Amino acid sequence: MIEFLIEPLTYEFMRTALATAVVVGLTASTLSVFVVLRGWSLLGDAISHSVLPGLAFSAAFNLPLTLGGAVAGVVASLLVALVESRSRVRNDTAIGIVLTGAFALGLVIISRIRPTVDVFHILFGNVLGVSPQDLLLTAALGFVVILLISLFMKEIIAFTFDPLFTYVVGLPTNLIHYSLMIMMSLTIIAALQTVGIVLVISLLVAPGATAQLFARTLGQMLLVSLTVGVFSSVAGLYLSYYFAVSSGGAIALTATLVFFSAMMLKRR
Amino acid sequence: MEAVKAEGLTVVYGRLKALDEVSFTIPSGSMTAVIGPNGSGKSTLLKTLIGLVKPAAGSFKVLGSTIDKMRGKVAYVPQREEVYWEYPLTVWDVVALGRIKAVGPLRPVRKGDRVVSQSLERAGIESLQSRRLSELSGGQQQRIFLARAMAQEADLYLMDEPLTGIDAEAEDRLLDILSDLRKEGKTIVMTTHDLSSTLELFDNVLVLKNRLIAFGRPEEALKTENLVQAYGSERVAMHLSDVRRVAGWR
Ligand SMILES: Nc1ncnc2c1ncn2[C@@H]1O[C@H](COP(=O)(O)OP(=O)(O)OP(=O)(O)O)[C@@H](O)[C@H]1O
Ligand SMILES: [Mg+2]
Repeated sequence: MIEFLIEPLTYEFMRTALATAVVVGLTASTLSVFVVLRGWSLLGDAISHSVLPGLAFSAAFNLPLTLGGAVAGVVASLLVALVESRSRVRNDTAIGIVLTGAFALGLVIISRIRPTVDVFHILFGNVLGVSPQDLLLTAALGFVVILLISLFMKEIIAFTFDPLFTYVVGLPTNLIHYSLMIMMSLTIIAALQTVGIVLVISLLVAPGATAQLFARTLGQMLLVSLTVGVFSSVAGLYLSYYFAVSSGGAIALTATLVFFSAMMLKRR
Repeated sequence: MEAVKAEGLTVVYGRLKALDEVSFTIPSGSMTAVIGPNGSGKSTLLKTLIGLVKPAAGSFKVLGSTIDKMRGKVAYVPQREEVYWEYPLTVWDVVALGRIKAVGPLRPVRKGDRVVSQSLERAGIESLQSRRLSELSGGQQQRIFLARAMAQEADLYLMDEPLTGIDAEAEDRLLDILSDLRKEGKTIVMTTHDLSSTLELFDNVLVLKNRLIAFGRPEEALKTENLVQAYGSERVAMHLSDVRRVAGWR
């Protein structure tokens, strides 16, 4: 068993991949708690798909990918809010429209510029190809997100629980809302190479959802979520190594299976 | 000083005029009931006063200034709380949110915070403080939001139908709490459909039918002609005159 776990780590690329998977697991599962409690799973999906045109645009103009991705994520959340307020459609409809539109735009740009990166890897991840520089960027993004959440935990709880009240007491609700949107975009970019933008939503939803089955307090919920997030990323990575399957697929699948197992366990 | 001063307040939703040139002045340290039939603009009035709905015309001041300067000093308890009841927070946690502005960023609300425990006690829910939000009855949930508003240490309390859906004892209790707050110089404005003798407890009654029908002492504002104008029905007016008799106003 130990041998089974150690053997892959004799390779440099696997050590880098493991570190990346852990960082991504930690970051995504911290945010996951609030995504689940605020009911932002679909919105998260829209943001992750909208990161694609941002990345493609940055690639085309040689801009930093992180910047392009973050801007696109925020623009997507603004668009969802705009569609919702300017028409009578419901939130899920607004999200559906923005999600597909943005993703299509991304594909159109990519097909035109023909970037050197493999589109398949952007969409579904390729953690085995992570370079040490990529790991550094992922770690930096993860650090920023987790730091912000821990510093402003009380404000984030207040906002995700009751935004109207947060506004009434005089906190900057727009700032909090869009900071969360930016954090979601940064997490998605951090997870780009691990699970890819199509599958990242699994790490933003499954850990928090699993945690909600068991936790009685928010502290417990964070703890369970972190455990599930890190476990899924690491277990998925090993599965991907041993069975030579897509890392993004393996990680997302593990997270999903963990949720279903937990649900069955809970029912009994 | 006046707690609320509205001048020609007009609010439109599309083509519908929810408030039509409403003007009134509410003195500090008073309790005002806002009455009117469904759709008469009661909730809209409160939402306008907290800055959530922007008036199309007219202006208003709260606590002698604009709402943007006074935010935090104004507490608001909506008609229906639209929160996720499964959020893993205890009663204490929710009430402690009222302290969020006072405590400031980068610091948690201390477990022994005096304002929080006092608010819990005054709302009569200290025994529930470690219960989870999802494990409470509707009336209990409502008191938590009142406690949260008190923890905010606001000077003006805007409450949308707080008497709806609670039993007689809880109603008495709530009205006691509000009277206490008034004694401390706080101002209370609440909407209600309860056209009973309860209204006699208030300093002023504001009768609304999208435009202002009457504003003044209960016995003045609740005159039959005002009620007929607001509710358009002799029956309600009759009912009200009953109330007036019970209250001994004649
Ligand atoms: N967000 C909105 N968009 C469009 N119209 C609205 C909106 N909110 C309220 N209205 C309309 O404005 C009018 C006043 O509504 P408001 O909620 O203020 O009434 P109310 O006096 O609180 O009624 P109730 O006693 O039923 O609570 C109603 O005709 C209502 O249909
Ligand atoms: Mg109303």
